[in-house]
Amino acid sequence: MPVGEQVTTLVADEPVVPRGRPAALAGGLVVAFGVLVLVAMASVALGARSVPLSTVLDALTAPNGSSDHTVIRELRVPRTLLGIGVGAALGLAGALMQSLTRNPLADPGLLGINEGAALGVTLALGLFGLSDPAAYVWFAFGGAALASVVVYALGSSGRSGAGPVRLALAGIAVGMVFTAVASAILRMDSQTFDRMRFWLTGSLAGQTSDVLLRLAPFMVIGLVVGLLLARPLNMLALGDDAGKALGVAVTRTRVLTAVSVTLLCGSATAAAGPLWFVGLAVPHAVRAVVGQDQRWVLPYTMLAAPVLLLAADVAGRLIARPGEVQVGIMCAVLGAPIFILMARRRRLAAL
Amino acid sequence: MSLRFGPWSVRLAPRALVVGLVLVLVAFAVAVAAIATGEFTVPIPDVLTALFGHGTPVAELIVGKLRAPRVVTGLLVGAAFGLSGAIFQSLTRNPLGSPDFIGFTAGASTGGILGVIAGGTALQIAGGALAGCVGTAVLVYALAHRGGVQGYRLVLVGIGANALLLSVNSYLLTRANINDAATAGAWLTGSLSGRGWDHAIPVAVALAVLLPVCAFVSRPMRMIEMGDDAAKAMGIRVEAVRATAIAVGVLLCAVATAAAGPVIFVALSAPQLARRLTRSPGVTMAASALMGAVLLTGADLAAQRVLAPTQLPVGVLTAAIGGAYLALLLRKDRH
Amino acid sequence: MALPQAARLSGSDLTLAYDQRVVAAELDVTIPDESFTVIIGPNACGKSTLLRALARMLKPRKGAVHLDGSVITSLPSKEVARRLGLLPQSSIVPDGITVTDLVARGRYPHQKLMRQWSRADEAAVTEAMRATDVSELADRIVDELSGGQRQRVWLAMALAQETPILLLDEPTTFLDISHQIEVLDLCADLHEAGRTMVAVLHDLNQACRYATHLIVMRDGAIVAEGEPAGIVTPELVAQVFDLRCEIIEDPQSGTPLIIPEARRRVTTTA
Repeated sequence: MPVGEQVTTLVADEPVVPRGRPAALAGGLVVAFGVLVLVAMASVALGARSVPLSTVLDALTAPNGSSDHTVIRELRVPRTLLGIGVGAALGLAGALMQSLTRNPLADPGLLGINEGAALGVTLALGLFGLSDPAAYVWFAFGGAALASVVVYALGSSGRSGAGPVRLALAGIAVGMVFTAVASAILRMDSQTFDRMRFWLTGSLAGQTSDVLLRLAPFMVIGLVVGLLLARPLNMLALGDDAGKALGVAVTRTRVLTAVSVTLLCGSATAAAGPLWFVGLAVPHAVRAVVGQDQRWVLPYTMLAAPVLLLAADVAGRLIARPGEVQVGIMCAVLGAPIFILMARRRRLAAL
Repeated sequence: MSLRFGPWSVRLAPRALVVGLVLVLVAFAVAVAAIATGEFTVPIPDVLTALFGHGTPVAELIVGKLRAPRVVTGLLVGAAFGLSGAIFQSLTRNPLGSPDFIGFTAGASTGGILGVIAGGTALQIAGGALAGCVGTAVLVYALAHRGGVQGYRLVLVGIGANALLLSVNSYLLTRANINDAATAGAWLTGSLSGRGWDHAIPVAVALAVLLPVCAFVSRPMRMIEMGDDAAKAMGIRVEAVRATAIAVGVLLCAVATAAAGPVIFVALSAPQLARRLTRSPGVTMAASALMGAVLLTGADLAAQRVLAPTQLPVGVLTAAIGGAYLALLLRKDRH
Repeated sequence: MALPQAARLSGSDLTLAYDQRVVAAELDVTIPDESFTVIIGPNACGKSTLLRALARMLKPRKGAVHLDGSVITSLPSKEVARRLGLLPQSSIVPDGITVTDLVARGRYPHQKLMRQWSRADEAAVTEAMRATDVSELADRIVDELSGGQRQRVWLAMALAQETPILLLDEPTTFLDISHQIEVLDLCADLHEAGRTMVAVLHDLNQACRYATHLIVMRDGAIVAEGEPAGIVTPELVAQVFDLRCEIIEDPQSGTPLIIPEARRRVTTTA
């Protein structure tokens, strides 16, 4: 098959998307990691009761059982790690969705996926009384998968196909139906309602390190699968037919992307509730810096999104001391204006 | 089919007329059923005599003071939501274009919650909802305005505003003390229980004022559905029509929300269900209003009876209607 | 001040722009009455922009379009719509609308709230459907028609508007060759019946064949205008389209026919 071979070598040697400056991009990745570490330190140190960095380091290296150290080890560190995991998961999910649907407005919260996962968790906790995160996360996966199928079907129906606006509207509609069902369930059960009230707005607080440990495997699998999809997604960016002509297994790529998105959104929502906009703005900002090559976009997004989420979480802790503003609200307050700006500026396909 | 009388002439679709008539009858039947039944059943003849003012004192109390206002409020609020939905679906050229999704209902909720937290009276809460809805709409319109308001930009800016306001709402709820949170939570689901004539009358007045405007803009709006250029070529001042239509749609939504709380999904599903029945091209105002009235009173009746004696808020039922509507959209598009 | 104009439709000193991008500057253009004027030029030369300005879809940044001696934007829009019709490039077919209903919408500028369907309306719709040969499609759903049929229906809607001047923005795009000819023949018939037709076309040969007045544009400026046979030369085509060609007489119509230069001569063997 000489022709086929030629095509494959072409794909391997000459990416359609210009490569840019690999050394500089790799260096930037290290910088991004450094920023993430700094923000994580801030997240551990700052809060209703801020502690100096030296105490933080002591608590991590030589805990002495003081209340500061206990707060750091039992609350702040798990919360920060959870933020990193959730941020990375939602950021990557957003980037994957934007790439696959070629839709600049795709975001797990906006397109109803996180609301689907939240309905799954509500069902599991409210109706079936499950309490093990590794058990109820499967309901989150089910809800997320159902939501993505329904939203995509609704958004691509009609003559114009899946335009960005149509898809966004379908996502909102489905998300609101799911949210309405979830709140109806919660209203019948005031005990669960009290427990889930904060989670439903999106919060990193109140989860133990155990929850994180139970959910981590799913997040990691989702992240790895997602990162591995960069190359085929690069090819699909040219259109399904062009991708197929270049030798991409289109259906397999789509299914794997959907699986990855479901794992990421399901586990992130099970941990922190339905969050909006984390996956929307970060991939855009990243693309503006590193270009269109998914092999750089995806890892950069994975590092930059948790920076944003943790920063939002820290800000939420600081602005309402001694209380705090849940990170879900912070995300919406920060993300909605960005979204509106995008809507104003971009010339998107009409409905 | 056309009707001409001197210089006057209209073009009529027989099917739309029949459907409209049937919807009126159904609305009336549901209304009578809602008035007749409940913990205390009033025989239907007594309902009718009481409605027209010669019933027994007990029947008059139950019918005139308790049940009729609730049913009438439901009919009027449903019609207002149906009309509002028809306007926004026509403007956005999308069966999912609904005030529920583009921030207007969420803005009304913000106003309502603030009213509850401030310890306002029912009237003040309603005023808060009204102000919240109109304020949001003005903001969304201004932000979406760039040398004219394209339907899609209105939708996108609205979606952003919706997300923002929903989280503001939940922030307010988590901040509020437990009693206020419960009151606001109940108001947020939307309910017709305990609605009296003072709820029905403002909606009736708003409809009386806004219906003629609707009639006036409905024809140019139908032309705008074919594209801005096509409409302009027909001599329509597209921006003026669109601004008027948005104003009417927002006011209807605001007044309805003020009366019954943010009952979502009626504005979403009524226009398309009406369109399916009348088989008319594009959404039709009159049928949408009637369908909205039928849906809301029907949902309210079901909410009172399905789990009787437990009374469900009507919003739970309309959410179910919304879900069913989405399923219908999916099913239709498969073939 | 509105000067008396020789032609019903003209534009003077037009500067046309979208947002910040100026497409054409200081254009003067006159549409001869009762002509079939075709505007032609390479992609992005501003031909559709000019048409949109003539149809008052685009407000000129400078200059004005005149209709019957008045600045077009000073006339009531509905009044303009009774004199000048436009078939836009892309219109949206409302869900589930029938052919008759769509064509009837062309009567909008003639209707009032209390007079929505007069006998004149009915007659105009019947006549427009007859002229475009869509009468037998009357009760069909527009969505289900072929591209050529659908374009005829849109044309019927513009005809029902009963305007003496009709502007068409690329009426043949997305149509196959036989439907293109069908639509253009129909336009020629309408022209012969006394209408002033203005169309933006892509195909130079079709333009030459149908136009009585050709406007050739490049980079937002009018390079040449006049009767096709008088202005279309190899030099003009080279100047406007960067294409080397030979021009012969169309054996069917006697109009200029552009034959692009071949890169190598094909020799037929046996």
